[in-house]
Amino acid sequence: MISSIFSQLFQTLLIVVLAPLLLGWVNQCRAWLQNKRGAGVLQPYRVLHKLFHKDAVLADNASSLFRTAPYIQFACMVLVASIVPMVATDLPFAAAADVIALVGLFALARLFAALAAMDIGTAFGSMGARREMLVASLAEPALLMILFTPALIAHSTSLTTIVEALAHREFVLYPSLAFAAVAFAMVALAENARIPVDNPATHLELTMIHEAMILEYSARHLALIEWASAIKLSNYSAIGIALFLPWGIASAGDWNAVPLALAVLFVKLLLGGAGLALLETLSAKLRIFRAPEFLGTAFLLAVLGMLMLEL
Amino acid sequence: MVLLSKPIMDSLTAILFSPLPIDVMLGVIVLWIALGVLGLFAPLSLRFVGHVLFPLGAVGGLILAGAGLIGMAARPETAVLVLGLPGLPFHLRLDALSAFFLVLLGAVSAGISIYSAGYFRKDEGTSPGMHGLLYHFFLAAMALVMLADDAYLFMVAWETMALSSYFLVTSNHKVPEIRRAGFLYLLIAHLGAIGILLSFGVMQGGHGDYTFATMRTSHLSEFWASATFLLALFGFGAKAGILPLHVWLPEAHPAAPSPVSALMSGVMLKTAIYGLLRVTFDLLQTQLLWWGVLALLLGLLTALFGVMFAAVQTDMKRLLAYSSIENIGIILVGIGLTLIFHVYALGALAALALAATLYHCLNHAFFKSLLFLVTGTVLHSTRERSLGKLGGLIRSMPWVAWLALIGTLAMAGLPPLNGFVSEWLLLQAFLATPSLPSSYLSMLVPVEAAAVVLAIALAGYVMVKFYGVIFLGQPREARLATAHDANWLERIGLGWLALGCIALGLAPVFVLLQLDQVTRLLTGHTVGATAAQSGWLFVVATTPEHASYSPLLFLLGILALLLLTFVLVRKLYHGRMRRGPAWDCGYPQQTARMQDTAEGFGQPIKQIFEPFFRIERQMPSPFDAHPHYQGKAEDKLWYALYLPIARLVERISLKMSTLQHGRIHIYLLYSLVTLLFLLLFTR
Repeated sequence: MISSIFSQLFQTLLIVVLAPLLLGWVNQCRAWLQNKRGAGVLQPYRVLHKLFHKDAVLADNASSLFRTAPYIQFACMVLVASIVPMVATDLPFAAAADVIALVGLFALARLFAALAAMDIGTAFGSMGARREMLVASLAEPALLMILFTPALIAHSTSLTTIVEALAHREFVLYPSLAFAAVAFAMVALAENARIPVDNPATHLELTMIHEAMILEYSARHLALIEWASAIKLSNYSAIGIALFLPWGIASAGDWNAVPLALAVLFVKLLLGGAGLALLETLSAKLRIFRAPEFLGTAFLLAVLGMLMLEL
Repeated sequence: MVLLSKPIMDSLTAILFSPLPIDVMLGVIVLWIALGVLGLFAPLSLRFVGHVLFPLGAVGGLILAGAGLIGMAARPETAVLVLGLPGLPFHLRLDALSAFFLVLLGAVSAGISIYSAGYFRKDEGTSPGMHGLLYHFFLAAMALVMLADDAYLFMVAWETMALSSYFLVTSNHKVPEIRRAGFLYLLIAHLGAIGILLSFGVMQGGHGDYTFATMRTSHLSEFWASATFLLALFGFGAKAGILPLHVWLPEAHPAAPSPVSALMSGVMLKTAIYGLLRVTFDLLQTQLLWWGVLALLLGLLTALFGVMFAAVQTDMKRLLAYSSIENIGIILVGIGLTLIFHVYALGALAALALAATLYHCLNHAFFKSLLFLVTGTVLHSTRERSLGKLGGLIRSMPWVAWLALIGTLAMAGLPPLNGFVSEWLLLQAFLATPSLPSSYLSMLVPVEAAAVVLAIALAGYVMVKFYGVIFLGQPREARLATAHDANWLERIGLGWLALGCIALGLAPVFVLLQLDQVTRLLTGHTVGATAAQSGWLFVVATTPEHASYSPLLFLLGILALLLLTFVLVRKLYHGRMRRGPAWDCGYPQQTARMQDTAEGFGQPIKQIFEPFFRIERQMPSPFDAHPHYQGKAEDKLWYALYLPIARLVERISLKMSTLQHGRIHIYLLYSLVTLLFLLLFTR
């Protein structure tokens, strides 16, 4: 029991603490690919540190919803981190929420972000909220369909059970999982506000989505939001690894496998982050009304994957 | 004393000292009718009707819900009322299914009644006393619909329900649009009633006995059973708002006073679901596979249609009405899934799907009533229904805003509130489809699941629009800053319904245990034991390894993390804060008109799903000094189905009018010819 709780706390803290590092790695890779020197992998930590030290400036008419929303977003993302198995499947809290609840948690965080963006009543805030909800309401069904494919293979919607089932039995090639993996990569790009759907580095009014929502935030609130989005990226990476590359994740109670699992995880994340940077460098940002086509493709791929399972 | 014979005395003492749930319910119905009639004695006294009669009605609702809870666990009870026509008494029966829907009626109407106590004003059309009469008759009629055990009482109660709600819808009858909306509602309600009547006619199978007990014993051939199902689907579908019979909902709901909209959307739509379940699973002895497929497809279309139209609405009550259509669609999907599992004799899964369906009925009743009541308070304090003229109300109406947030989150289907639980159960039922023997179906069902999930996700979009445009941002009109908050009676009503949303979300295992008798009655299987196998904290769909969900742990987790984050941020850093003007990328000029309007928020949906709408745009010319842009997204069905039918009816009646001359001797001639024909014919 105590070891389970320890494993739970360890994995959750691991994601929370190392999430900015992954973001820093992605940014650094992107800088290298663009022939730039880059700010170093630790830059996100420096930004967070700076933001936490500043005085918060709040718009005159901001309501308490606006002030609580960053905390809610952060708490939701940490809770997701406590459900996704990264190193070991020994997660007692995972029984409280399965993949459907996981999607619900993402939606909860997003809804508060969108409402907070509309709270001040600026043109950019509500535009960002609308676009974010549009992208999300198309990405969410795709995400659920993607998650259902391994869920049907493992006969379970619990992430830990899925990982146990996929990682610890004889290797079977599921074509439907390949479809789901491609769809997942597309959805993950959209949900994490990456190119080609959104650009995390832009403040150009015509193109920004996520950034438009958080324009009015500053200091500790902004720090929490930035940290939460870093954790979100790590969570998505962890989900992707758990579903499509689960080999190496230690099963419950197997403490000897943990060091190896950690090493494997770091390799996967290093490669995954570099891949993300490559993908972002190679593609261009889509017009906002092309985003539905992009997500529609992901949705169709996911549904196809599920149908192939039934064949 | 001598006049009363001993058996009557005995039954009287039994009723008084150890009442059965059905007796209590009849008592509540009598109370409601009495309250309604009492209001007529002082029709203009707001104090009497509002502060005495409506709260008493709310108490009646609570008693009804309590009796229903007991009745759900008890064995079916029957009663015969010697009312109505001679030799044709009213039969009543309380079984688990009716008890469940009576709990829904009682619990939700209690909140709406106490809200209504503070809501009705003198200057709004019909007098308060008349409102009280119609309102309480409406409640009593709905309770009788669920208790009826013969087609006769059912139809009488059904029509009373339709008529009383018609008069409630048209209470502000001086406005032409409201009269038109009421007419449309009445028309479709009656079309539906014909369908229901015919389905009862088929089911009684020529015996001439219209009690439900006889219908249960009669065995219909597949053809006639299908005819009954289709007629019932048409009839109840007209009341529930299933495509293509949904057109009255977006007209009637905005026209009615808000408590009435809440009652209609939250409860009355569920009477139709009750009727459909009663006919399909209880009165009909055989179910066919294609009914399930039909219900699934219809439900899916209804859900997607509803949510897309909800996204483009600019009137807050119309938006909610369309979202009701969406939820009815999801409920119908659940019924279809239940049918499919039931036909394949997968009892446990059928029970799961049915439990999800019933749960969603309950959830929808709570959150939709809450949101309709919220629009009522907003309407009263701002006199504005159009989303384009609201905004920023969270500052002037904090009570309403925060309670509305609970309803919004529940309706968006977010954990840990109630909307999520039923959707979770429904998706779990969908995931069980690989056990279906037909490969054709197990291909179809995942596609269905995908579309249902799309509808659920779009509901989140709609809710951000609803809440954001009404309560957040800057007030779009100057007078909104002084809008007053809900009064204390309204707050109690809203609070009760919000509490229901939270409680139903946090205690799914208890709810599912209560639903056991209903699912056993309809499918022969239960879900409670399955759901509770990991203890009361975790709800389980099939096995604990398969999936579990614990809303309470979920909530505790979020709250603990919130607190921890808050304390850590404050302790490690500081809480310094300044207020200043909004930044907005440095744009100096910011007005309330620069926020997203309701149209703007709906525009992406309009563009992406364009083929589903009939869009009319009026573009200004480039040289127009005062340009006006107008875009309307309308229902295609209205033009493709209703208007052609209306034109056809008009043409036929024009032809028929040649028979009318206004001269009495010609009419006498018609009578003679008819008489002669009948004489010849009957010989």
